[in-house]
Amino acid sequence: MFEEIRRNKFLSYIIMLGFLILIGILGGVFGWLLGSPLFGLILAAFIGIVYSLVAYYSGDRMILRMSGAVPVTKEEYPYLYHIVEALAISAGLKKPPKVYVIRDSALNAFATGRDPEHSSITVTTGLLEKLNRQELEGVIAHEMSHIKNYDIRMMMLAAVLVGVVVLLSDFMLRSFLWGGMRGSRRRDSRDTGPWLILLAIILAILAPLFAQMIRLAVSRRREYLADASAAALTRYPPGLASALEKIKNDPDPLVDNANRAIAHLFISNPFRRTRSYFATLFSTHPPIEERIRRLRAM
Amino acid sequence: MAAWLWILVVVLALVVLFVIRVFNSLIRLRNEVDNSLAQIDVQLKRRYDLIPNLVETVKGYAKHEKELLESVTKARAAMMSAGSLAEKASASDQLSKTLKTLFAVAENYPQLKANQNFLQLQEELTGTENKISYARQHYNDMVMLFNNRIQMFPNNLIAGMLGFKRRELFKAPEGEKEPVKVKF
Repeated sequence: MFEEIRRNKFLSYIIMLGFLILIGILGGVFGWLLGSPLFGLILAAFIGIVYSLVAYYSGDRMILRMSGAVPVTKEEYPYLYHIVEALAISAGLKKPPKVYVIRDSALNAFATGRDPEHSSITVTTGLLEKLNRQELEGVIAHEMSHIKNYDIRMMMLAAVLVGVVVLLSDFMLRSFLWGGMRGSRRRDSRDTGPWLILLAIILAILAPLFAQMIRLAVSRRREYLADASAAALTRYPPGLASALEKIKNDPDPLVDNANRAIAHLFISNPFRRTRSYFATLFSTHPPIEERIRRLRAM
Repeated sequence: MAAWLWILVVVLALVVLFVIRVFNSLIRLRNEVDNSLAQIDVQLKRRYDLIPNLVETVKGYAKHEKELLESVTKARAAMMSAGSLAEKASASDQLSKTLKTLFAVAENYPQLKANQNFLQLQEELTGTENKISYARQHYNDMVMLFNNRIQMFPNNLIAGMLGFKRRELFKAPEGEKEPVKVKF
């Protein structure tokens, strides 16, 4: 368990470093196209560092806002709070994660934060209604394991950093397509035509790299390990298995509140009913049937 | 200086480092054990504090259950007087049983079940019972880790010298569990 934690902390640094390098490359290219690669590089490095810090300290708040989660009090949801507090005791956490809720009939949940003392668990109201106590405990235990393993830090950084790089590259591509097309006739300082194509090629190469970074954050191994840890926390694997079955058979996977950047955080892939290139490229979750099978075999 | 002297110095340094490492890890584990024991007490106290309110609420609606309510109060008092961990564990198990019976019997009183205060207390107590259960589980897990660490080689060589003793698990002694008789 401690090796897992160390590994996750190490991978978190790798992600931040990789992000800075990629941003540096993008900035350098951007700056070079404008005439000064060094300026672009320095600016990019500065923005990269600032944004990395923002991502580390506020990443969870950004993710919570993106997902539409609202904080709830113990008075409003005593049943949920009791379960979270009980499992935090079982996991040996010094203080329980904060509790958030998404008002949606879909069955889903996720955890986020930078470490166990600054973490939160979010659950849909649909989940609260449709699962019984053992099933809900299984789901919460799964999320608690992600928190304990520092998976959440990895997953948060991947969501926030990779997400913004995708946005940035989209923006750059678009602005050059626009500016380049109009500018190549009036401006004669540099013939940007062929360089645009080069840029497009670079970005096309980088996109699957970003997807790979997200996959680094969420591997099947990590999910199976969280399932196994959840079973160890509750000493009752059938609880989570039964919850996963209900989640699998639920027709509504919560697509409205999810987007590509944070899809991998949820216990069940919100896009599993979508068939698109991006859905498969960013496909991060192991198959539910296999997870259920492993739990029932314990 | 002679070569063997250098070797001796290095070996001594390694031994010292080893002792420091073992000591620190045992301190950490022992503190975790103490911490989780304290957590059990926190939850036991919470349950202890909630029960009088519950007894009063039920008394108002279920006058015929005097015996049952008395058994709850007695079991609660027994918790106070429990000393060792084994005593606390069996007293706690006993109290859990009487509470479970009380809630089962409460099903026969629809007016009681409609009372907001009762429902809140029921949820609080159920939640606390759950937490007691998980706190015990965590404590026992930590005790097992600690006991393993001080008993396995090579730590066992020095654990005793450093003052680390085996801890006991939080569980009721076998054979003392008697079924609670329910009279309707």
